[in-house]
Amino acid sequence: MRHLLSTQDLSLENAIRILDTAEEMAAVGEREVKKLPALRGRTVVNLFFEDSTRTRISFEAAAKRLSADVINFSAKGSSVSKGESLKDTAQTLEAMSADAVVIRHWASGAPAQLATSGWIDAAVINAGDGTHEHPTQALLDAFTMRRHLSRLNGTDSTGSNLVGLRVAIAGDVLHSRVARSNVWLLQTLGAEVTLVAPPTLLPVGVEHWPCAVSYDLDSVLEAGVDAIMVLRVQAERMNDSFFPSTREYSRRWGLDDARLARLDTLGMKDTIIMHPGPMNRGLEISSAAADSSRSTVLAQVRNGVSVRMAVLYLALSGDLRDPPPRLPPPRTAVDNRPNTRADETRENAR
Amino acid sequence: MSPEAAAAGASRVVMSAADIDRALTRIAHEILEANKGSKDLILLGIPRRGFPLAQRLAAKLAAADPSIKADAIVGQLDVTMFRDDLARQPTRAPERTRLPAAGIDDKVVVLVDDVLFSGRTIRAALDALVDLGRPRAVRLAVLADRGHRELPIRADHVGKNLPTASAEKVRVRLNETDAASSSWSGADEVVIEAGL
Repeated sequence: MRHLLSTQDLSLENAIRILDTAEEMAAVGEREVKKLPALRGRTVVNLFFEDSTRTRISFEAAAKRLSADVINFSAKGSSVSKGESLKDTAQTLEAMSADAVVIRHWASGAPAQLATSGWIDAAVINAGDGTHEHPTQALLDAFTMRRHLSRLNGTDSTGSNLVGLRVAIAGDVLHSRVARSNVWLLQTLGAEVTLVAPPTLLPVGVEHWPCAVSYDLDSVLEAGVDAIMVLRVQAERMNDSFFPSTREYSRRWGLDDARLARLDTLGMKDTIIMHPGPMNRGLEISSAAADSSRSTVLAQVRNGVSVRMAVLYLALSGDLRDPPPRLPPPRTAVDNRPNTRADETRENAR
Repeated sequence: MSPEAAAAGASRVVMSAADIDRALTRIAHEILEANKGSKDLILLGIPRRGFPLAQRLAAKLAAADPSIKADAIVGQLDVTMFRDDLARQPTRAPERTRLPAAGIDDKVVVLVDDVLFSGRTIRAALDALVDLGRPRAVRLAVLADRGHRELPIRADHVGKNLPTASAEKVRVRLNETDAASSSWSGADEVVIEAGL
């Protein structure tokens, strides 16, 4: 793993290796001296062309816990506002001998461009590009789910996958790079994913994704889920009206107080509520749901540092070729893509 | 003999399962003697094979001194992130660090590893210990000392000194860690393989 650009091309071996390494990194956060010397003398540049709070802070904390030097760069207040191109910015960083570049960009594919163009020699880690992917967010979500699953089973999470876990991803899938990264990663790890969104907020071609699709949150809840991931309604990316009103959205696709109560009446006491943040309280998630004991929002933030430490460590230490595949794919049953459940739901919706 | 060992040429067993067991029994008694009893003793094994050796030593300590609870004095110390060759070697996945519940502050920590070679692993272990607490004293017990030190480090308790050429490889195979591998002969052993 030299670069981490997307979860779509992440093998099961590497995904589990990152999660296992993150498990060990998490132990460091509980110690008195929260620092490891592994990346001493390496330079990590946080290259942020888009606003971000938790991702940038999380990467910064992760790099610092590994003793790397961190340079923060945000497009605002830099030469980018004078019109500097990505290429020139990258070559400037190269001249300063950056060892890793963590990039968040509004354009889908910018990290891949950086990694493959030869402008820069550093390891490139995608911290969110446009509406394409956000791999470290998917990894930390998977890490959170894996810990939850192993706590329920009373087993050690190291080395395990997510086979049998039912995950519903609800909300603005169209604009969500988090949803894309999660769909690929969760399918690699063997979880069953259902996307729930209004038809206007589903991307073209979603029927080819390795997941089920539904337009009705209540029926998905009734069918049973182990984790509900609520996505943010990305108003800043919406240049069109995708739903009639926020009230209607919240009533039909939001995780409101009534649906929170339904989880209890349906007997799903171990179902967790996830949100990648920042939350629009009262729109896609109610305050009661966000603050309930099911919510893993803060655990996700905490796990984010461990997962990013693992990614930085694996990308920057030693020789990083993919290990030869040795694990069998977790889903041994017949491949059910394109998903029949999705087709049924579509029929019902018509 | 495994096909790799056969291809590499001569390979000889230098410690049998019984030799390993006797060496550990002796080391356990040496540890008690050097510490003047079992007070404040903690055994930390270095992954992977140091940890089962530490567990075996703790069982022998408990057999010699009934006041010791074997589980309560054994831990595992991962040194991966403290190595000085991280950028040169293939990436190593870190292992779990587990300390005994009592912690290591003001304790006598005995580091346990299978083979002492360059001394670099032990240097990394000493650095890792500093971040975890402040032991009263740190000692080192190894099953085999094969020489060729690159740092000023020596072991306090040695199972067997093995004169080796630097190209040779010393393999320790233990039931706990190697029973599933293709080179497992059916019992614990220490083997010297000729270098390539």
